[in-house]
Amino acid sequence: MEFTRREAPYIAPTQSVPKMMLEVLAALVPAAAAHVWFFGPGLVFNLLVAVLFCVGAEAAMMRLRGRNPEDALSDFTAVVTAALLAFCLPSLTPWWITATASLFAIVVAKHLFGGIGFNVFNPAMAGYVVVLVAFPMQMNLWVAPRMGDIDYEYLGVFETLAFTLTGALPESMTYDQVSRATPLDLMQSGLNQMRMVTEIRALPVMGDYAGRGWEWIANFIGLGGLWLLFRKIIRWHIPVAVLAGLLLPATVSYLLSPGTLPGPGFHLFAGASILCAFFIATDPVSAATSTTGRLVYGAGIGVLIYAIRTWGSYADGVAFAVLLMNLAVPAIDRLTRPRIVGHGRSSIR
Amino acid sequence: MSAPTYDLGKLHGGLRLKANKTAATAAPIRDMPVPAQLILPLAQHAGEPADPVVDVGERVLKGQLIAAAYGAMGVPVHASSSGTVVAIEPWPVSSRYGETAPCIVIDCDGEDEPYDSGEDTGEPAGLIADLSPVRLREQILEGGIVGLGGAVFPTAQKLTQASGCELEYLILNGVECEPYISCDDVLMRERADAVVGGGRILMRALGIERCHIVVESDKPEALHALGDAIAIATTADDTGLILKQVPTIYPSGGEDQLVQLVTNREVPSGGLPTDVGCLVQNVGTAAAVYDWIVKREPLISRITTVTGDGVHSPQNVRARIGTTVADLIAFAGGYTDRAAQLIVGGPMTGKSVTTDRVPLVKASNCILALSETPTTGVTRPCIRCGECAEVCPILLLPQQLHWYACADDEDKLRLHGLTDCIECGCCDLVCPSHIALTARFRQAKARIRELADEKARAERARRRFEAREQRLADERLDRNRELEAQKSRARRAGPEAIADILRRKRRDKEQDKKD
Repeated sequence: MEFTRREAPYIAPTQSVPKMMLEVLAALVPAAAAHVWFFGPGLVFNLLVAVLFCVGAEAAMMRLRGRNPEDALSDFTAVVTAALLAFCLPSLTPWWITATASLFAIVVAKHLFGGIGFNVFNPAMAGYVVVLVAFPMQMNLWVAPRMGDIDYEYLGVFETLAFTLTGALPESMTYDQVSRATPLDLMQSGLNQMRMVTEIRALPVMGDYAGRGWEWIANFIGLGGLWLLFRKIIRWHIPVAVLAGLLLPATVSYLLSPGTLPGPGFHLFAGASILCAFFIATDPVSAATSTTGRLVYGAGIGVLIYAIRTWGSYADGVAFAVLLMNLAVPAIDRLTRPRIVGHGRSSIR
Repeated sequence: MSAPTYDLGKLHGGLRLKANKTAATAAPIRDMPVPAQLILPLAQHAGEPADPVVDVGERVLKGQLIAAAYGAMGVPVHASSSGTVVAIEPWPVSSRYGETAPCIVIDCDGEDEPYDSGEDTGEPAGLIADLSPVRLREQILEGGIVGLGGAVFPTAQKLTQASGCELEYLILNGVECEPYISCDDVLMRERADAVVGGGRILMRALGIERCHIVVESDKPEALHALGDAIAIATTADDTGLILKQVPTIYPSGGEDQLVQLVTNREVPSGGLPTDVGCLVQNVGTAAAVYDWIVKREPLISRITTVTGDGVHSPQNVRARIGTTVADLIAFAGGYTDRAAQLIVGGPMTGKSVTTDRVPLVKASNCILALSETPTTGVTRPCIRCGECAEVCPILLLPQQLHWYACADDEDKLRLHGLTDCIECGCCDLVCPSHIALTARFRQAKARIRELADEKARAERARRRFEAREQRLADERLDRNRELEAQKSRARRAGPEAIADILRRKRRDKEQDKKD
């Protein structure tokens, strides 16, 4: 009997990139539900716009590069980029801002570097930073979280959709009525006004650790992250290192000066710390690749988040921290190469 | 029974693979009758092919020498049964070095008549202790014995090389970590005494006192049988033979990996286990040594696992070396409808063959007929997830190696340890982008060897050229010196002598012209 020649091994791999990306998306579902509960349906509209533009840009770029668009679309990485962007943007974001971020993420950060696997920067963070710098006013337009005991003006589903499409509020409403400073903003501006941490923390919107709504969403994101760990979609090194890099300086400085610096609980649950640790910094393409390298990479991001939040002018520093550490990846990879079995220590160069 | 011990070194990474072994280990080893034809490749070992000592048309007997060892790494080949040599010709084989290789083809007469060398070289078991290690190693070579774990390194030469080193341990490798393969497992279950006896002979041939027999934890029957055999073969104050159990993780049965597991010593890059005081032999090799030294049966048969979802009744078969794979499959009930790939060896490191006419050789531990590998979808670009590095037992970074292999960057490939890759295939199995990493690394290694050869050739040519230049310069120098000497001699001798020299010169020139 005749057979065809194959190369060993003859056992098929079980994991695949599309499967991993779908698991990542699934892991974000509980957090998305919480987000919609606390901040209204804006996330859904942002997500739709982002998916539309990310996937569209991916297909267009593949065609421009003379490749089969299906090869890229079938891995769902563009959808993951869109989802991460949607989580970073305020729930009230006009479509053109989301579109700008999406296009920059996919066209510039991803395909101009060679597409999936070759991008130096985390595409979602690159896209987010562009709109953060270009549209500072809109990027601060966070609605107040839904709170049973305090009454705010909330936008309904259609009003939110109308804002997404037109960028205008209903005539009866003003920005001041619907928007509220985020906990990170409150903390930063409060500290700048020489108020004490305990005083700021006593504000009703601050919740238990880092703002009502916010901390719940962070919980659900953390839950999704643990799911990814359990499913072995991500390894523990980056999340642990990011959180350690953030929480260690936060704890030490809080112990030294509890009045003027927020504690580790605040840093953990505020802003995008947990999203970054489990979903953003863990993007394998733009992260360091060896085990030690990932610890260094994650710790660098954590420390930078702390530094930017504490001394920077932006309230949160996740995007900048990730992009800065993306830049450091080649050096980290080079310096943290593991010692190959059978080689002496001298093989580390 | 002596219980297995566990103190172990650590191995990085590896995989827990689905074993798929029970189908073949359910029944005892079956002896396959002598087939109608035997195909015996001259090169069944890592070394120069053996030199045929029989002619076409000659009748040969079972166990008769038909090809003599040739070269420093040579091993002889014996006829696996009696019959007539009908051809010595190229035949399809499963080898890394080509599709066909010269083979001696024997039409068997079915009588299986044993060869009687006339001289009684049989050393009764009790007298092995009287044999010198050197004599034992010579005998092992005569038996045509090679490492049966897959690398088929000539056993005698391996022992000789090792005897020049400071050895501490002989390690008998019963860690059959690759899925599907179970020939060593059933051997240890059914012939533990031969394994232990062979171990004793090997210890004697090496002149060392300590031997670890290492078995994976998923082989309780083998561990039990070996424990019993060791208890019978040793006395209470003799603790030289130690049974060790290691966890079932692929690829802990690799030679260097096993040394690391058992002794917690790393075999240096490019080195041998003997560099860290160990010598590893497969348990099958030990049994073959026992059969030859004690029972005077040269290596003319072996146990092989015929298995996979492409054969009807998976089983372990004791078959004559030279039996074709087609005959083996037929003995195991034939192919199923699903058979789509034929592999000699295991599913991780085996070699797929295009035809079942290839013969069973000393290295063939498994004949694997598989259905189509489930489609793995398209190969996507590497996303640097690093899973490959997590499972690499050598602590390489396959994702980086792949990058440099694509770029054909030889220096970076060397720096990242391409040549240390053991081609275990773990990285392929965890790659979410379905990149054929191991195949890629095999290619890159061949390419590096090629480049090294090219460099060596260029270097040789350069040296040759420089030597020639030097020689010509030296000759010129000598000639000038001679000329000066002649001139000064002529000056001293006067006009007569000068005229004489000029005459001679003229004559030489005329001679040159004629030439």
